[in-house]
Amino acid sequence: MRHTETHENSLTTFLTDTNQNVNPVERAVSSIAGGALLAYGLKQRGIGGALLSILGGGMLLRGATGHCHVYDALGVDTTETERRSPFRKSSLLTGKVHVTKAMTINKSQAELYEFWRNFENLPIIMRHLESVSKTDEKISHWRAKAPLGQTVEWDAELTSDVPNEKIGWRSLEGAFIPNSGVVEFLPTIERGTEVKVTLTYEAPGGKLGEWIAWAFGEEPSIQVAQDLRRFKSLMETGLIMKVEGQPSGREPLEKAMTAKA
Amino acid sequence: MKALCWFGKHDVRVENVADPTILNSRDAIVKITSTAICGSDLHLYNGYIPTMEPGDILGHEFMGEVVEVGASITNLKVGDRVVVPFTIACGNCFYCKRELWSCCDNSNPKPEIAETLYGYTGSALFGYTHMMGGFAGGQAEYVRVPFADVGPLKIPDHLADDQVLFLSDIFPTGYMAAENCNIHPGDTVAIWGAGPVGQFAVKSAFMFGAEQVVLIDHYHDRLELARSENENLITINFDEEEVYDRLLELTGGRGPDSCIDAVGLESHGSTPDAILDYAKAATYLATDRPHALRQAIYCCRKGGTVSVPGVYGGFLDKFNFGAAFGKGLTFKMGQTNMHKYMPRLLGEIEAGKIDPSFVISHRLKLSEAPIAYERFNAEKNSWRKVVLSPN
Ligand SMILES: NC(=O)c1ccc[n+]([C@@H]2O[C@H](COP(=O)([O-])OP(=O)(O)OC[C@H]3O[C@@H](n4cnc5c(N)ncnc54)[C@H](O)[C@@H]3O)[C@@H](O)[C@H]2O)c1
Ligand SMILES: [Zn+2]
Ligand SMILES: [Zn+2]
Repeated sequence: MRHTETHENSLTTFLTDTNQNVNPVERAVSSIAGGALLAYGLKQRGIGGALLSILGGGMLLRGATGHCHVYDALGVDTTETERRSPFRKSSLLTGKVHVTKAMTINKSQAELYEFWRNFENLPIIMRHLESVSKTDEKISHWRAKAPLGQTVEWDAELTSDVPNEKIGWRSLEGAFIPNSGVVEFLPTIERGTEVKVTLTYEAPGGKLGEWIAWAFGEEPSIQVAQDLRRFKSLMETGLIMKVEGQPSGREPLEKAMTAKA
Repeated sequence: MKALCWFGKHDVRVENVADPTILNSRDAIVKITSTAICGSDLHLYNGYIPTMEPGDILGHEFMGEVVEVGASITNLKVGDRVVVPFTIACGNCFYCKRELWSCCDNSNPKPEIAETLYGYTGSALFGYTHMMGGFAGGQAEYVRVPFADVGPLKIPDHLADDQVLFLSDIFPTGYMAAENCNIHPGDTVAIWGAGPVGQFAVKSAFMFGAEQVVLIDHYHDRLELARSENENLITINFDEEEVYDRLLELTGGRGPDSCIDAVGLESHGSTPDAILDYAKAATYLATDRPHALRQAIYCCRKGGTVSVPGVYGGFLDKFNFGAAFGKGLTFKMGQTNMHKYMPRLLGEIEAGKIDPSFVISHRLKLSEAPIAYERFNAEKNSWRKVVLSPN
């Protein structure tokens, strides 16, 4: 981690972070533009707007701290004066992506294990999955949405199954994107169960980068976190909260009425 | 239906929009009979809180009649009269189970922005930014209420809307602010801000047995109302008197045992720090103007408590944390844990111990909401609390 001279402003004086990967000029611009972007990002509808807003919030934060989480995830460090490639870990180019995320869910290990062990349930919480069906006790068939309206399909086998504690799976020969996953259910004291997911994707060259970028947006860990959050919400509250479909003054009434019908 | 929509700083309009529908099985649809404008809405009106989207329906203080319920709702039926808390909470998560309802894990379906800014998200709120969930608000004819099996409080017919409407936010907010002071016999409680939240904080501080309550503001009419409502109340007009000196005089040099900041991020003032805050907020170098909070910290006695119901959104500059540390202060703050207090406070109203309608200064139609916002923002002295009626 390189240290650069920072351009202190009133905001950064009490938020100094030694873990900096954003250069000082970008930093000053981030602080100011971040607030504005955050405020206006959600003017745009849909995912683009949401990303812009997140970016705005992120910029405000990175302007303040000199640390950018998006850059971190992508392995980018703009404080390096000479860099070999924009991707320090060059993970997207050479083949393997690991994502690990944990979420604490206020349910027993058994209840959570049971939902996940039935792989057919996973499309409810994982947005990019279309369906999973059981072929036999060990083998399942997975279908996922792919870019340009395509679907990809593969078979996966169970690699570990410790009741109430751990489930592992791995795609079989011939998968478009070889992938594997492990989910662990760890007990806590009066805090529910820690659910820890590790996913690994691999593929030659650009294909993976393209697919991952499509499936996960800019940061795979955000997508996995969202899947886990849907899991938590479904298990704790029995539903996944919806806000799309609410009224607003954004569309003329006639349009809103036809959309509803 | 008609609904008040936000389109930008100082730009709110009543628009014709679609009626809300049930989107989740634990939803209910409520037909609004009364809705109020809150000091928090002014922070949106003045453009201080990010992540509003033009067209968003405002309003988080409302009550009405249940007209439709989702498949999982068994506690409510069509025709029930309810007051709805402004925080949305699931009742199932770690936080809800511990009565930290405003920290609910599951109500905000868009947690990423708050997580980026705050580390974690609090509960979702009605009509209060996309960062806090993007839920349509209740300054409208109808509203969708999520988790309707845990939030709405049923109201008996003999109580009027005016008496119970403020159970939706400001009464519990003032009450929690006082509870957070951990009041003991002999205590002096100083309260900054004579808005509706401050008014309820005064009543609640007396309810908790404070020996002496002091209210600080510069609006004569607001201070006057508080004095007429509470016979032992002492008030300080900060335009006329030195707050710190007066507080010392009132406490034999000790300072107040606890201090409540019922002002929040748009504090007024003409001292150098307040003017500097104003300049910084205007240029995005800091987002909040914490003059009242600084003063509360400065005035609080050693080992005392600073309770903050006033809303803060982002970054505070020149925050006198050294004073807080040096005196070993305790801080309590946050959005109100509404669900915890509503039944208890309904009981107080039913028992005739308090009639919250005293804070109302104006009653207007929903269609007049844009004027109400403008006047409430500009003429704080006399425009104290506005109740809107959709009919
Ligand atoms: N924590 C919660 O859950 C919650 C709920 C509701 C409201 N709030 C917040 O509480 C605050 C008050 O709400 P309200 O409806 O009473 O608002 P309001 O705007 O009507 O009242 C604020 C009052 O503070 C006074 N004031 C400004 N600067 C001051 C200073 N330096 N010293 C003393 N007084 C000062 C103003 O003159 C005004 O009378 C707002 O920030 C609001 O967002 C918080
Ligand atoms: Zn409010
Ligand atoms: Zn909850």
